[in-house]
Amino acid sequence: MSADPLKKPLTRNIDPTREPFDLKQYEAAGGYQAVAKVLKMDPKEVTETVKNSGLRGRGGAGFNTGLKWSFVPMGPDAPRPKYLICNADEMEPGTMKDRVLLEGDPHSLIEGMICAAYAIQAEKAFIFLRWGYTLSEKRLRKALAEAYEGGWLGKNIKGSGYSLDLIPHISAGRYICGEETALINALEGKRANPRTKPPFPQVSGLFGKPTIVNNVETFCNIPPILTNGVEWYKSLGLTEDAGTKLYGASGKVKRPGVWELPMGTPIREILEGHAGGMREGLRFKGLLPGGASTDFLVEEHLDLPMDYASIQKAGSRLGTGTMIVLDDQTCVVGMVLNLTQFFAQESCGWCTPCRDGLAHAVKLLQAIKRGEGRMEDLNKLDQLCRFMGPGNTFCALAPGAAEPIQSALKYFRADFERLIPKQPMAQAV
Amino acid sequence: MLSPEERAEIEAEIHHYPRKEAACIEAMKVVQKHRGWVSDEGIRDVAEIMGMTPAEVDGIATFYNLIFRKPVGKHVVMACDSVSCWVMGYENVRECLRKKLGVEMGQTTPDGKFTVLPIACLGDCDHAPAMMVGEDLHHDLTAEKIDEVLKRYS
Repeated sequence: MSADPLKKPLTRNIDPTREPFDLKQYEAAGGYQAVAKVLKMDPKEVTETVKNSGLRGRGGAGFNTGLKWSFVPMGPDAPRPKYLICNADEMEPGTMKDRVLLEGDPHSLIEGMICAAYAIQAEKAFIFLRWGYTLSEKRLRKALAEAYEGGWLGKNIKGSGYSLDLIPHISAGRYICGEETALINALEGKRANPRTKPPFPQVSGLFGKPTIVNNVETFCNIPPILTNGVEWYKSLGLTEDAGTKLYGASGKVKRPGVWELPMGTPIREILEGHAGGMREGLRFKGLLPGGASTDFLVEEHLDLPMDYASIQKAGSRLGTGTMIVLDDQTCVVGMVLNLTQFFAQESCGWCTPCRDGLAHAVKLLQAIKRGEGRMEDLNKLDQLCRFMGPGNTFCALAPGAAEPIQSALKYFRADFERLIPKQPMAQAV
Repeated sequence: MLSPEERAEIEAEIHHYPRKEAACIEAMKVVQKHRGWVSDEGIRDVAEIMGMTPAEVDGIATFYNLIFRKPVGKHVVMACDSVSCWVMGYENVRECLRKKLGVEMGQTTPDGKFTVLPIACLGDCDHAPAMMVGEDLHHDLTAEKIDEVLKRYS
């Protein structure tokens, strides 16, 4: 497999059947040319280029990457040191896209990080890697050693006068570490409770210094943008969003997997074309488009493009772009219960709507699943989703947890009602 | 007391951070690597080198699910119980492990060989259901495959 680097910039060097490119092979394939180019540019020009490319964060929130960088104080009076962090904690259930990049082309991530670090003039960078990605860790450490050896990291990179240290940090677990301020607390050796914003990390992040946190896939987009230009990057997307995206599908489809496709590829093309449609004897019922914390979409949405605006308009979120597919034989209530148990377990316990709301939602869903629910429980769940919604919590965990619940109640309410006894239990006895 | 190896590895981690305490989690991971888990003594050892109180260190230890505050078996089996694996048959995996090893989730086999734990999404959703044994990932699990995988660990 050798992908066209102009059509599939993220997976251009990836072939899962072999080891990833070492430094020599990576350089021979045009690697580190973006760094060579960037070192001759004004840092602000790098940020401006990335901003104009339209690249949006691939971790789930979808914020313009260059715009995020532009909030970092620059110039001789800026607080120092400044930090750059790669969020490689990929813990959103149903998401396996960053693994493909980490295992498949670690030098591309390192190159993207050097470019980004230069743009904000960071002295130090960390890769916050999830514990379970042991193969990624092995390959990343090897690539880092090669990059230092080759003079792409360390002091005075290629004689430019710019220096950067890049350190891998292996997480000790917990979903909440994916939230950028919780991740920063974890890197500081603390409990990973999210911080109140403002101040935003761009101004006051790791150890109180200006900090940028970006996702693995976001960084891997940077070298191709700087090498091939903004116009090329914009032309890759099928809709208003630029670039390509690693889309994925899991659940009972014929060929679960991850594919790099133009941003804005229709859901149906991913589900039926790439994932091969549903397994024999099963029918499509719904899907979570971008991980566990996104609202269900159903049949009527299948022709929508998988981009930020279209999925948002349909009442959900692109999230990580890796869909979890629900078939007609899998119990919706069971699936929602599984999701809610996950979020309840992973709540850091800092704020009440999340800590207590999710535990309450789990109890209600368990009762319904056992056939001991009551009709008013559904209204209680609706209400809990509102309490856990945006604006009531420090971070996005509880609002995200509410998304699959509220949308399941909207599209599959009959499945919940079917499990509820016609008469209350006490009277039925 | 920290062994010379543990101390050296922890010092190397401290070196990366402007504040010593930032290496606290790394320090616990070092202790766990050498001793299998982090006992009360381990907490006190880490507290001492970090210049923190044992209560502060324990507060951090208990936040992270992969810092083991109880002894674990030689191999820790972690079965993914998140949504994609649940749809693809996590409950069968759990049943299989229960029958094969004779212990419930959270328990260790009497011979001290395996501890079985549920774990959040392993990011291997296109090959669900998945589990890890120690540092190795195993996926597309069936009853036969679980049998075969467990035999590899002695």
